[in-house]
Amino acid sequence: MSAGVAQRAAFGRALVELAERYPKMVVLDPDVCPSTQTSLFRAAYPDRFYPMGIAEANAVCVAAGLASCGFVPWVSAFAVFLATRAADQVRVSVAHARQPVKLNGAYGGLPSGRGGATHSAVEDIAVMRTMPNMIVLTPADAAEAGAMVELAMETSAPVYLRTMRCELPDLFGVGWRPDIGRAVELAPGDDVAILSEGMMSARALEAAAILRRDGIAARVLHFGTIKPFDAEAVAKAARECGALVSVENHSRIGGLGSAVCEAAAESDPAVVVRLGFPDCFLESGDDERIFSRYGLDPAGIAAGAREALRRNGSDVSIRRAT
Amino acid sequence: MNESCYLDGQASLEGLTVLAGRARRLILEMTHRAGMGHTGGSLSEVELLVALYFGGMRSIDPSRPDRPDRDRFILSKGHATPGYYSVLALRGYFSPELLETFDELGTPLQAHPDMHKLPGVDMSSGSLGQGLSCGIGMAMAAMADPSLGSFRTFVLMGDGELQEGQVWEAAGYAGALRLPGIVAIVDCNAVQLSTATGPFQAPDAVAARFRAFGWDASGVDGHDLAALMPAIASARERAGRGPVVLVATTVKGKGVSFMEGRCEWHGKAPDDGELARALAELGS
Repeated sequence: MSAGVAQRAAFGRALVELAERYPKMVVLDPDVCPSTQTSLFRAAYPDRFYPMGIAEANAVCVAAGLASCGFVPWVSAFAVFLATRAADQVRVSVAHARQPVKLNGAYGGLPSGRGGATHSAVEDIAVMRTMPNMIVLTPADAAEAGAMVELAMETSAPVYLRTMRCELPDLFGVGWRPDIGRAVELAPGDDVAILSEGMMSARALEAAAILRRDGIAARVLHFGTIKPFDAEAVAKAARECGALVSVENHSRIGGLGSAVCEAAAESDPAVVVRLGFPDCFLESGDDERIFSRYGLDPAGIAAGAREALRRNGSDVSIRRAT
Repeated sequence: MNESCYLDGQASLEGLTVLAGRARRLILEMTHRAGMGHTGGSLSEVELLVALYFGGMRSIDPSRPDRPDRDRFILSKGHATPGYYSVLALRGYFSPELLETFDELGTPLQAHPDMHKLPGVDMSSGSLGQGLSCGIGMAMAAMADPSLGSFRTFVLMGDGELQEGQVWEAAGYAGALRLPGIVAIVDCNAVQLSTATGPFQAPDAVAARFRAFGWDASGVDGHDLAALMPAIASARERAGRGPVVLVATTVKGKGVSFMEGRCEWHGKAPDDGELARALAELGS
């Protein structure tokens, strides 16, 4: 896996590429366009680009008003400010009013350019997935981020697309077209299942390679959609593997791990180890050091999988030997 | 009961006054029946809504509530639905009998307006401070899409609502752009949920604040239909050049002596005795 394109760049390019096909698409920018790369759209389609100033609440409701008159507005801003500062505006004027507003939550999770506690969006998935009518997408790489911009344009539902600031390894090639609501199996296996979202899925694959060296076959399921949630993929993994580990660039409260537990508990209860950020605010510092501190690197994910196996009573080495 | 066939935006002043009186009775009967509802702020907005829906707004058509070139209206003070629903019913958007279902399970007449349940509602609302931004988005759409026919968007806010910070994000944004097509109306009834409003909610202060944000602001007596009709027509016309705010001085609970100016009646419905006294005061 080579280091690929940053999702923000893929997002910005996808907007430009889709602009001709969707003449009612417009972009609203709460003064972060160089950061979220909607500056590409500004350069290409200045008449369809609205600088909104540093006012996310106003931007979200203006988008709802535009949408009610036939436009399809993207509001691209830092995830933390869209999902928490403008949460009520998203809830009432977008989700409740069922307006086709598309939200790009840029700088999802930890990688915020070392912004620390205030800029790390580790609650956004939890907030967005509780909103009725909202689709929540967590692409794994640049190609999937670009493809999901197109998927967002094809649905009349409100969409929250969570993109990463940092460059990410390529998992899916150009032309990849995911299905909304469907988890993707990245690696087969039935000893343990690693269920991951967004940028964690590349790490989950690396963790599966580590486990394979020890004779453990780990299934890797990428959840590029958090809502609607592929509960059936969880139930199947629970039945077939018995031990699950969820991995998310998000708080362990309310995100993918919670969705996995909810789905498993209501179908095929299984041991679940949830990897993610604990109930604390993050700090400034190097992203990878912080990810590693919380076990969100390949070694940490592999350790989480072993913990799930141990708690499930699986003695994989013995089973493999016999 | 349905005046829309012969009024249809051409009502005489006398006819408008009759409609306002009917709306007040409907408000009181509706909240009384439901045992809840925002009576005070509904009574203060009656003439504003009558003026908008019976002459002020253009190209509105109850039989085609989604007509693309219609003027839009947002009840940003979304709790004041009894007044809103009464005027929509009088204008012919639905039968006044439907008002009897206000706030009941399954009704299209939700406690706060729901555009997907009730045709004629241009935007769902209920969380104070959001409507002006939504209206600005509609005005931007009217600019960006000529096929929409340069419609106007009217946004009705409460004076207490102006305490929400988002209102000033929106005001600053539209003012800086000199955005045409948006008319804000502030129902300055001087009373909010638990207290009198503060000094910056007084009509002159409201007008001054909007002017400082680049808006064309004027004041009007919000219960004087003879003044309101030309004021709204003028605001509608001036909005072709930039954002306009009409600051309407009103009385909370207008028309019922024991409700007027009292915050107790912000979110309270009359009981049997109070309803009888109120209707007697209003006359027939």
